[in-house]
Amino acid sequence: MAQAQIRSRKIPLSKRFRKDIPFHIMILPAVVMVFIFKYLPLGGLVIAFQDYSPIFKLTEQEWIGWGNFEYIFSLPQFWGVIKNTIWIASMKIVGDMVVPVLFALLLTEVRKKTYKSTLQTVVFLPHFISWVALAGIFSEILSIDSGIVNKAITVLGGQPVYFLGDPKVFPYTLLFTAIWKHFGWNAIVYLAAITNVDSSLYEAAYLDGANRFKQVWHVTIPCILPMIILMSVLGIGNILKAGFEQVFNMYSPQVYSTGDIIDTFVYRLGLVNFQFGTASAVGLFQSAVSFVLIMLGYWLADRVAGYRVF
Amino acid sequence: MLKRTKGEKIFAVINVIFLTGLALVCLLPIWNLLAVSLSAKNYVQANMVSLAPLGFTTSNYHYMLHESSFWEAFIVSAKRVFLGVAVNLLFTICAAYPLSKRKDQFGARGFYAAFFLIPMVFTGGLIPTYLVVSNVGLIDSIWALVLPEALEMYYVLLMMNFFRGIPGEIEEAALVDGASWLTTLVKVYLPLSLPSLATITLYALVHHWNAYFDGMIYINNTHNYPLMTYLRSVIEGFDTSDIRPDEIAADPILAQLTGRSVKAAGIILCTVPMAVIYPFLQKFFVHGLTVGSVKG
Repeated sequence: MAQAQIRSRKIPLSKRFRKDIPFHIMILPAVVMVFIFKYLPLGGLVIAFQDYSPIFKLTEQEWIGWGNFEYIFSLPQFWGVIKNTIWIASMKIVGDMVVPVLFALLLTEVRKKTYKSTLQTVVFLPHFISWVALAGIFSEILSIDSGIVNKAITVLGGQPVYFLGDPKVFPYTLLFTAIWKHFGWNAIVYLAAITNVDSSLYEAAYLDGANRFKQVWHVTIPCILPMIILMSVLGIGNILKAGFEQVFNMYSPQVYSTGDIIDTFVYRLGLVNFQFGTASAVGLFQSAVSFVLIMLGYWLADRVAGYRVF
Repeated sequence: MLKRTKGEKIFAVINVIFLTGLALVCLLPIWNLLAVSLSAKNYVQANMVSLAPLGFTTSNYHYMLHESSFWEAFIVSAKRVFLGVAVNLLFTICAAYPLSKRKDQFGARGFYAAFFLIPMVFTGGLIPTYLVVSNVGLIDSIWALVLPEALEMYYVLLMMNFFRGIPGEIEEAALVDGASWLTTLVKVYLPLSLPSLATITLYALVHHWNAYFDGMIYINNTHNYPLMTYLRSVIEGFDTSDIRPDEIAADPILAQLTGRSVKAAGIILCTVPMAVIYPFLQKFFVHGLTVGSVKG
């Protein structure tokens, strides 16, 4: 009864729906896929509140309330993992901003067009190599006894560094290799922003006696600042994501103390030790915190840089 | 062009030297690896190889290229790239086109936008996704590598913004002439969107070629591994003792291999296809990244 009433009141809407039918049909396959592979897993997060065992159906699992969360929060290892994640991710957020901006500024100063685009092609290369292959490359060149990098260090009179095996060094190895892989790629947006700066501003600055360095400082940087701010606030959402692909391929048990991050921890807990419930609880915790941070980032992006995703 | 002072000229020279150095830093690790993959065992084991191959040999490549598992993985990856890129493009276009319409053209736009946006900020994560894929029955199927990522929201945003940049008058003219929405999409929008489609194709290509993790968790049969998953197993586990005696009997040079060089050859072989393709598409993806939205 109540339903019929609602339906009769909404005739205009159903008419509109009919007019839009081609669009609904067109978008349907995407909706189905997103529902199955994104929304069902969201629903599947209930196993974070269960003592999940793969041999039973989802509805037959034992509910244990916040048990999994109490368990993980009581693990000293868990807080170490959180600390590692935040430290590695924050370093990367800063590095992934500063280095590309500097590179974009320097590249803009190059006048020869062919040299510029060749240079760009070369620095893009690492972006197109998978972390699997890169991990193989790094274990070759960073190896303590046979790597070319340590050979160079010894030739220059330094002590060999255990880049991939020393817990004190490993986070910085992650930082530098990540910057190395992505700085050329990340510079693209800044290069575009620099190209868009109104050239009459430079001429005005020149007439006022500003040299090239002062022009960059007083014109270029203020003009691309909104883009820098935007990229940084959008990066906030990634603070609990320190780069699973990279860490997973480069870490080893000897650097777990500083290199283990939430995503790798979840992987080992869930798919190696089959503690599905506990691993999902960690994942849910990460998702919830990330959600708040992403929303904060979007809100800041809208407020500070006037940027909206949709 | 503004005139340059002496100081600026000196800076320009230093700048070019510095940037060239930076480019070399991007290149040298791969260069070194290439040299190792082409060097003979005794030089590699004595750690003498830096940038030029010593005792030049191609036997490491011979070994990799005669491995049936390499070719099995290569074919799985080729299939996966083909299916994956096609599926990505199809789903992206079909979602982006309605979403690019104004609210008065497509009333439910806001609803669908929210529907697609929510999973961008709130995800089920590794374990629940794994359970869904396994309950849908995709374990050990190539579709497990294609369907879960069928709709990449970032591509949709890029495509949607591109569609919106196409003047509405063109579409109105087509509609007045009696074309349906679908005809308008196929005959008007898609031909105008080639730069954007090229960008998305490149992204999807690179993603599917380089992905290894889904292959690792969703594919149990090692004969069905995609290339990067296979490469990972080679890097983690290859040892010269894996070379069978009958292989060595057939080709004595195989006894002269070192694990490091074989791995290096494998890495180079798996990396080359993308490294060769991207310079040709550079114009498109640089454009696509800057015209589309910002990578979130």
